Amino acid sequence: MSDRERTVVVVGGGIAGIQVSLDLANMGFDVHLVERTPSIGGRMAQLDKTFPTNDCSMCILSPKMIECANNPRIKMHTYSELESVKGAFPAFEVVIREKARYVDLTRCTGCGDCVAKCPSKVSSEFDAGLVKRKAIYVPFVQAVPKKMTIDKEHCIMITKGKCGNCKKACKAGAIDYDQKDNLITFEASAIVLATGFDVFDVTVAQEFSYGRAKNVLTSLELERMLNASGPTGGHIVRPSDHQEPKKIAFIQCVCSRDKKYKEYCSSVCCMYATKEAILAREHCPELSSTIFYMDLRAVGKGFQNFVQRAKRDYGVEYIRARPAKVEEDPTTGDALVYYENSRTGESIARRYDMVVLCPALVPTLGSESLCSLLGVRIDGDKFVAIPRPADRPVDTSVKGIFACGFCQTPMDIPDSVVQASGAAARVAQALGVS
Amino acid sequence: MEPRIGVFICHCGSNIANTVDVEEVVRYASTLPDVVHADHNMYSCSEDGVGSIKAKIKEKGIDRVVVAACTPRTHEPLFRNACEAAGINRYLFEFVNIREHCSWIHMKERELATEKAKRLVRMGVAKVALLTPQEESESPVVKSAAVIGGGVSGMTAAISLADQGFETHLIEKGSELGGLVKDLGALFPSESTPLEFVKTMRDETAASGVRIHLSSEIKDIQGYIGNFDVTISENGKEEKFKVGVVITATGADELKPVGEYGYGRYPNVITQSELEKKLAKGERVGNTVMIQCVGARQPGREYCSRICCMTAIKNAGRILALEPKSRVVVVHRDIMSYNARNEALYRKSMEDGVTYLRYTLEDKPRVEGRDRAEKITLREETLDEDIALPFDTLVLSTPLVPNPDNGKLQKMLKVPLDRDGFFLEAHVKLRPVEFATDGVFICGCARWPSDVPECISQAGAAAAKASIPLRAGKVRTEAITAEVDETTCTGCGNCIATCAYGAISIVEVEGMRVARVNLAQCKGCGACVGSCHNGSIQQRGFTEKQLISMIDCLTEGD
Repeated sequence: MSDRERTVVVVGGGIAGIQVSLDLANMGFDVHLVERTPSIGGRMAQLDKTFPTNDCSMCILSPKMIECANNPRIKMHTYSELESVKGAFPAFEVVIREKARYVDLTRCTGCGDCVAKCPSKVSSEFDAGLVKRKAIYVPFVQAVPKKMTIDKEHCIMITKGKCGNCKKACKAGAIDYDQKDNLITFEASAIVLATGFDVFDVTVAQEFSYGRAKNVLTSLELERMLNASGPTGGHIVRPSDHQEPKKIAFIQCVCSRDKKYKEYCSSVCCMYATKEAILAREHCPELSSTIFYMDLRAVGKGFQNFVQRAKRDYGVEYIRARPAKVEEDPTTGDALVYYENSRTGESIARRYDMVVLCPALVPTLGSESLCSLLGVRIDGDKFVAIPRPADRPVDTSVKGIFACGFCQTPMDIPDSVVQASGAAARVAQALGVS
Repeated sequence: MEPRIGVFICHCGSNIANTVDVEEVVRYASTLPDVVHADHNMYSCSEDGVGSIKAKIKEKGIDRVVVAACTPRTHEPLFRNACEAAGINRYLFEFVNIREHCSWIHMKERELATEKAKRLVRMGVAKVALLTPQEESESPVVKSAAVIGGGVSGMTAAISLADQGFETHLIEKGSELGGLVKDLGALFPSESTPLEFVKTMRDETAASGVRIHLSSEIKDIQGYIGNFDVTISENGKEEKFKVGVVITATGADELKPVGEYGYGRYPNVITQSELEKKLAKGERVGNTVMIQCVGARQPGREYCSRICCMTAIKNAGRILALEPKSRVVVVHRDIMSYNARNEALYRKSMEDGVTYLRYTLEDKPRVEGRDRAEKITLREETLDEDIALPFDTLVLSTPLVPNPDNGKLQKMLKVPLDRDGFFLEAHVKLRPVEFATDGVFICGCARWPSDVPECISQAGAAAAKASIPLRAGKVRTEAITAEVDETTCTGCGNCIATCAYGAISIVEVEGMRVARVNLAQCKGCGACVGSCHNGSIQQRGFTEKQLISMIDCLTEGD
């Protein structure tokens, strides 16, 4: 095999992208792993635990992240994007843009001296906006690579030419305000997309009062709260008064399975809500949860048992109803959930200390333009289209370009991992005899 | 030369540090014999944590390492790799678990948890001082594969491996390839008929050079990764071949719900697969009611079979397409149309006029009839009303149940089944198509009920994993293995009986019968060590001397 034939580009450094990169590398391919954010890890890195075993998410993910970084056949390009792709299978000409981090990665030790001196505070993407990070930052402690990035939108030195604190603080001399984007060109035989998902912005669905009622959160915000390394040190507290809640409601299918927003099912919410309800009870033994749902989709291995345990051992109550609205009680900060008793038609309002919305999960920002750059078709919901799902479940509309994980339709971690390895097999198969 | 031990204590963010006084444990560790460096990290497993361990090994001339952190199950390879990268033997490393064993279970007892952490670290230090370097050896891999089961999963896996240039045997019990799919009446989400679909796949299987064994039964599988001896009976004739890897794709069966809702009594009460056959033949079924979760999601069989709702949605649509005047009602507890594609099919089904009603487990529908079943009555959950539904055909959606051959195959392959009788993968989240036993892989409905796209993804995944040792042509074998002292072994054979991996055999050495361990097969479980009546077997990295040194220092000072 030539160098070009042996070279594969993987776009997206979440669990699917990590798995496909590791499999390909172990099969003897050279992988360029392109990740848009400063670290690999993706959404799984933000999770506290994973259902249905309640394994600590980072504990099982972080060895794989390190393996990726240490594998000599994997070249990681973090804070990078595909700039252009020309040609066709099996000879793509690929250009990657490594965005300027304004930090010399060969010098940065990740010590954090600069962070302490940075005056500019920005909402932390990793902690779902619950806390602030600095303009120079590592997205999370176990980030790979554990190197600083300057967010140029918020750096006062870059925007206004005043400050320079981080440069003064850096003993390694790693800060470089004049750094430019770096374009890297090479040839590759195949491309695998693993660009994952974003959380739909539920502020548009005003009936749920998200963004207005302080104690209405998204499930990702609660997930970060549950995490011992998260912004509250693993304590569940109401944002309004920092009190431990006693009653939490989870609302499923917020802006999904809904003609006004997203019509599809996001696949993972029934199970992660069950998980979060179990964990919340483990954190606060006094707490009880209600999950409002339409159909309880627990279809994977051990999932039904997990739901049964939630009901039996953790006092989780499941109510089949689609709440019409959530309102804040301004005097107490409590959230009132209004729903209809389907049998009597009567409208019921229930008071909760906190309400957790489980929003639609959507293809990542930028996946549409990435697909248009590659000429890959997307479907009506903007997921990567799979023209022959029955027999070619990871093949896109373009020969030699494959897609795995959430970017092609909502799926959980094991299904994403399966598709990732499946995509590695398709690459190997397309390129023929080993 | 005195050992130079480095001890690294992990905060695990607040997971450990909130309960265990990490700095106190570091201070204590630095006073232990032969410890030349003791240190702590916020996250030892993070890139900078590992980096700092490597740097300290070099800087301080450390030759043995103790990490006190979380669990070796997830993190031991990481720290062993770090030791190796820093130039010391990867087996001169000891892992002490002060998270699961201290901070998590003694969360409210800070002082005692700290004391326990100190003792565990002391034990780790005592052991690491006595460890000896170990070498992993390499064992060759036969570059061929066996795939068991000739359904769409098995065919896909076989084609993938054959296309990569590996000799592949596909072993099918029945007389033709195609598994459950060949008997379907229609295939979602595909335009082609199941027969066309299966035919194309059969042609691809043949064209890719897969060696197809039909009407074949597995008689025996012996061996280990890289070197399995497979014996099959093909049309009654015995055949043997050697393979490096085995993929299990033995599928599952539809439950026949005898006795439920009049199945077996009334001729017009049938299962979904029986309905598919009728529809394929163009038979009319008339007004139809389908009941979901028959024999599933109830005590005795708790699981959801994942694919039955979509099967019902598909077949309801087929009935309406063939007989537009028929009425189709699906009676269910939850519709499992997960993801975008399935939800769209469910929505379309409702738009096409299929009626969906809910029942509850506590109040199941009742069937009435004389010679034929005529109607069901049910308490509709949403409306909270009794409803009677007359029909011409009652279709029961039953779960896929494990293949009855799983038990036999499980023993031959030395792999586990889950509580429901499906094969149990190595890790539910991150190793879904592997087994804990190296060189054996799993895909399709033998693992869990899955639709066709999912089976095909899994089959590809299993083929990818299986191709890794095949491409390398060799595997590294476990270094922590059992070792027999042939001068004291009496050849009694106790150890052979305890070994689950068939790794020990009796050999004759200078006229004496002694036990010998095949290192490529030994998994280092240690069961044989305990069975040896005179201590002739020792486990590398867990010798009697090493373990006793740990026990001795546990109670020191009490």
